[in-house]
Amino acid sequence: MTGVFGLLAATWAYLLANSDRFLELFREHLMLVFVSEAMAVAVAIPLGILATRNDRVKRVVETVGNVAQTVPTLAIIALMFPLLGLGFLPALVGLFVYALLPVLTNTIVGLENVDGGTVEAARGMGMSDWTILRKIRLPLALPVIFAGIRTSTVLNVGTAYLAFFIGGGGLGVWVIGGIQLFNTPQLIAGAVSGALLAVTLDGLLALAERRLGGEAGTGHAATS
Amino acid sequence: MIRFDNVHKRYSDGTHAVDGLDFEVEEGTTTVLVGPSGCGKTTTMKLVNRLEEPTDGTVYYDGTDVEALEATELRRRIGYVIQDIGLFDHMTVGENVATVPELKGWDADRTDERVDELLDLMGLPPGEYRERHPSDLSGGQRQRVGVARALAAGPDVMLMDEPFGALDPITREELQDEFIDIQREIDTTILFVTHDINEALKMGDRIAIMRDGKLVQYDTPTALLDEPKTKFVEEFVGPDRTLKRLRVLRVEEVMRPEVPDEYADIVDAFQGNDAVVADGGEIVPVAPTDSAQVALSRCIQAGVEALPVVEDSTVVGVVTESAIRNRQSEGA
Repeated sequence: MTGVFGLLAATWAYLLANSDRFLELFREHLMLVFVSEAMAVAVAIPLGILATRNDRVKRVVETVGNVAQTVPTLAIIALMFPLLGLGFLPALVGLFVYALLPVLTNTIVGLENVDGGTVEAARGMGMSDWTILRKIRLPLALPVIFAGIRTSTVLNVGTAYLAFFIGGGGLGVWVIGGIQLFNTPQLIAGAVSGALLAVTLDGLLALAERRLGGEAGTGHAATS
Repeated sequence: MIRFDNVHKRYSDGTHAVDGLDFEVEEGTTTVLVGPSGCGKTTTMKLVNRLEEPTDGTVYYDGTDVEALEATELRRRIGYVIQDIGLFDHMTVGENVATVPELKGWDADRTDERVDELLDLMGLPPGEYRERHPSDLSGGQRQRVGVARALAAGPDVMLMDEPFGALDPITREELQDEFIDIQREIDTTILFVTHDINEALKMGDRIAIMRDGKLVQYDTPTALLDEPKTKFVEEFVGPDRTLKRLRVLRVEEVMRPEVPDEYADIVDAFQGNDAVVADGGEIVPVAPTDSAQVALSRCIQAGVEALPVVEDSTVVGVVTESAIRNRQSEGA
C-alpha cells in the first residue's frame, strides 16, 4: 500500500513541478480531440444523409467503413506520416479519419430506423422530402446520431495518445516518454489525466444525450 | 368529388394491384373500400393523394386530374389518417395537430385556436393534452390526435386507411361511434379503407367491395346485404346477413309516426317517465337514430311488442317488433 501511495505522491509532486508543461500537453490533447471530432461530425452527418438517399453512396460508404474498421488505430496514424509528414496536422487528419466511422454509422442507422408510418404520415400531409428530413427524420434520429458522437469522442481521447508517434503532441508525450525513460510518475500523470478526461466527457455527453432523448420522446417510445 | 376513370396500377414485379377501376366517391358521403388483404384497396386510396401514381387511367379530384395538381399542395387539402397513426413523437400533441396549418402558412393565432377547437372535438381537453408528448398517450388517445391532425386544415376530403385497426375492440367501437358523430358535424367526403365488413357496414354510406384489384360491388349497406351480386360478396358479407341488416336498419326507417290504439297504453305509461316497468322488465325507449337491433333487443328484454320512439324528450312514434320482422323478410 505504501508503494501505491508513494507513487501517487510522487505523481502529484511531478505534476506540480511541471504544471506548465502539463497544461500545454493537456491543451494539445484537447485540441486534437475536439478539432478532429468536429471535423468528423461535420463530414459524417451530411455523408450519412446522402447515403440514406442514394444506394450507391451507401454501398461505397459501408464498404470503405468496414475496411477502415479493420485497420489498427496505430496504422491509421502511422499512415499519415508518408502522406502528410510530421506534426499536429497529420495527427489531426488521422484522428479525424478514425472518429468518422461511429458518427457515420449511427447517422445512417438513426435515419433509417425512423418509423415508416411516421414518414408516410408526413408525406401524406404534404411535406416535401426536404421538410421531412429537416423536421421529422433528423430530429427523430438525433439521439442515435448523438450516441455515435459520444462513442467517437471517448474513443478519440484514447486514440489521441498515439499522435505522439508522428509528432502531434498531446498527453502521449508523457505516457510514451514515461515508458521509454522509466519515469513512472510522468507516465501516470499523463495516463490518469487522459482517463479522467474520457470519463468526464462521456458523462457530460451522456447527460446531453438523455436530455435529447427525452425531448425526442424516444425514451418513452421504447417502452410503449 | 373523387372519380376513378379506368384506373390501373401495375407494379414492376408484375402485380396488378388495381385493375380497371371505374367509380365515383360522391361529395359528402363516407365511402368504404373493403376487401380481403391484397385486394388493392389501400393502393386505390393512395392514388387519390398521389402516394401512388396510376400506370393507366385517370383519377379526378373535384373534376381535376390529380396529375395536374402539385402533389404537396393536393395532399395539404386532403386529410390523411393511417393505421400506424404516424404521430411525430418529438413534437407535442399541439404541434402535431398544427402540422398542416403550418405547412399552409396560417398565422399562429389562427392555428392555436384551431388546434384547441379540434382537441376539444376529439375529447382531449387542450389544457391537459396540448403540451404532452404522443408517447405519453394511450393507443385510443393517439388515434384521436391522428384524426384531429388530419382534420386540422379543414380538408374537403379525408382518406382513412384502417384508422381504428390497431385498437382494442372496445376502444375501436368507441372511436367509431364518436367518429360517426363528428362526421355529421364536419360534413366532409370520406374515403375509408378497412378489411372488416362490420366496420364497413357501420361507417359507410356507400360500400365498395374489392377483390384482386377489381370493384365487385358498389352499393349502400342495405342494398349490399339485400342483394349481394356475386357468390364472393355473399361469402364476404357472411352468413348472418339478417342480423347485420338489423344493425344497419335505423329505427326511423321502420317506426310509425302515429301511435295505434293497441299500443297507446305503452306510450301513455311512458309520458313523463324515463323508463317504465312492464311485466317482463323495464321498458327503455329508443331514439330514431338507434339501430333496429337495439330496438329488437329492448323489446325482447322487456317482453313487449312495441317501444316508444323518443326524440328530445317527446314521443315521436312507435316501433313494433312485427314492423322490424316484416322489413327483414322483405329483404331476404
